[in-house]
Amino acid sequence: MSGINATIAVILYIVLAPVVGGLISGVDRKISARMQGRYGPPILQPFYDVFKLMAKQNIVVNKHQKFYVLCFLVFIIITGAIFFAGGDLLLAIFALTLGSVFLIIAAYSTYSPYAYIGAEREMLQIMAYEPMVILTVVGMYMVTKSFSVFDIAMFDQPLIYSLPGIFLGFVFILTIKFRKSPFDISMSHHAHQEIVRGVVTEFSGKELAMVEVAHWYENVFLLGIVCLFFASNPVIAIVLAALTYFLEIFIDNNNSRLKWQSALGSAWIVALVLGVGNIAFLALR
Amino acid sequence: MSYLPKSPWLIHYDASSCNGCDIEVLACLTPLYDVERFGVLNIGNPKHADIFVITGSVNEQNKPVIQNLYNQMAEPKVVVAIGACATSGGIFRECYNVQGGIDKVIPVDVYVPGCAARPESIIDGVVKALGVLEEKHKNMTKVAK
Repeated sequence: MSGINATIAVILYIVLAPVVGGLISGVDRKISARMQGRYGPPILQPFYDVFKLMAKQNIVVNKHQKFYVLCFLVFIIITGAIFFAGGDLLLAIFALTLGSVFLIIAAYSTYSPYAYIGAEREMLQIMAYEPMVILTVVGMYMVTKSFSVFDIAMFDQPLIYSLPGIFLGFVFILTIKFRKSPFDISMSHHAHQEIVRGVVTEFSGKELAMVEVAHWYENVFLLGIVCLFFASNPVIAIVLAALTYFLEIFIDNNNSRLKWQSALGSAWIVALVLGVGNIAFLALR
Repeated sequence: MSYLPKSPWLIHYDASSCNGCDIEVLACLTPLYDVERFGVLNIGNPKHADIFVITGSVNEQNKPVIQNLYNQMAEPKVVVAIGACATSGGIFRECYNVQGGIDKVIPVDVYVPGCAARPESIIDGVVKALGVLEEKHKNMTKVAK
């Protein structure tokens, strides 16, 4: 993508992604409530929550935690910026992982046993989804012969035809990335209760708001990858990304949380069977 | 006008309650009353909560727990005492181990009567607490200025 277009795309992403991500989160809460037979909060509720958190007192356990949480937000934004500028997909994935690592460090820096459990579980989650994410990028490279998001998006044929297994595997690990049941082992959303609040236990006020906004950016980026599978037709891509998200909400409301062993095991089996299987098929073709 | 009244997160603590009021508090979350439509979430973490909802009376064992939870909450915060026991000690008032209502250990902003308190009155109490929350936020920003 040319310099000017890429800059515009990055600016649009930085400005619009929190709006879109927040709205998606609001719709998510509404649909979840309706699935449970409740009326549900207003669509703008996630924004109210974040604005409220901004107004709250900020309790800091360790002065470094603010910096780590800020790094988490910044690297998630960089991830999306690389992606929507049409940059290197592999680099975007590594920036995403780095962002997640900063969240874990932030949780560890608070010395709270609850945050420790959350951080350990967050690491298990990264272990669970990372192979499949890498296989997704590898699969896209094998089909398009490029790591550039722009080249992948401009590929003349939808990637889903060559990568159905990888798409299904990616949807499977999206449940982990969106922090949905049955894989919300480190922290969950909505009215789910748990032992305090996992990885974000010690964050309050602005820091919690930053984690929430980072999550919106992250969701938009992940849905962007889903769109990449259908990139030759933008309308179909957006519709299918919406359907994928709806499927995740449906799974969330129909499952209770699994143990981490099952989360890790099932994610690796899926990566091995669907991901490696699909790549083996491409290599042998 | 802040966004505090639009997104009140509760932490619920059962201080030696008979579970009657606790079940009524949880009933507020069910489809019939669904307090989430006002943005209310029952959050299990004092650091994230705005409203401290307590049921039951205070005794020696739960006194430090209540104080600890209250101190961990971020300002502005309000306390809602729910049920006869939490407001005054109720029928356990004269017991040798009971100190009385929640206001013996932490400042209480809203008292919700009833044994057990009805979900409607609990929601009413929380809505009253939102007004107090807004006022506390105003005072907080005034001090900051």
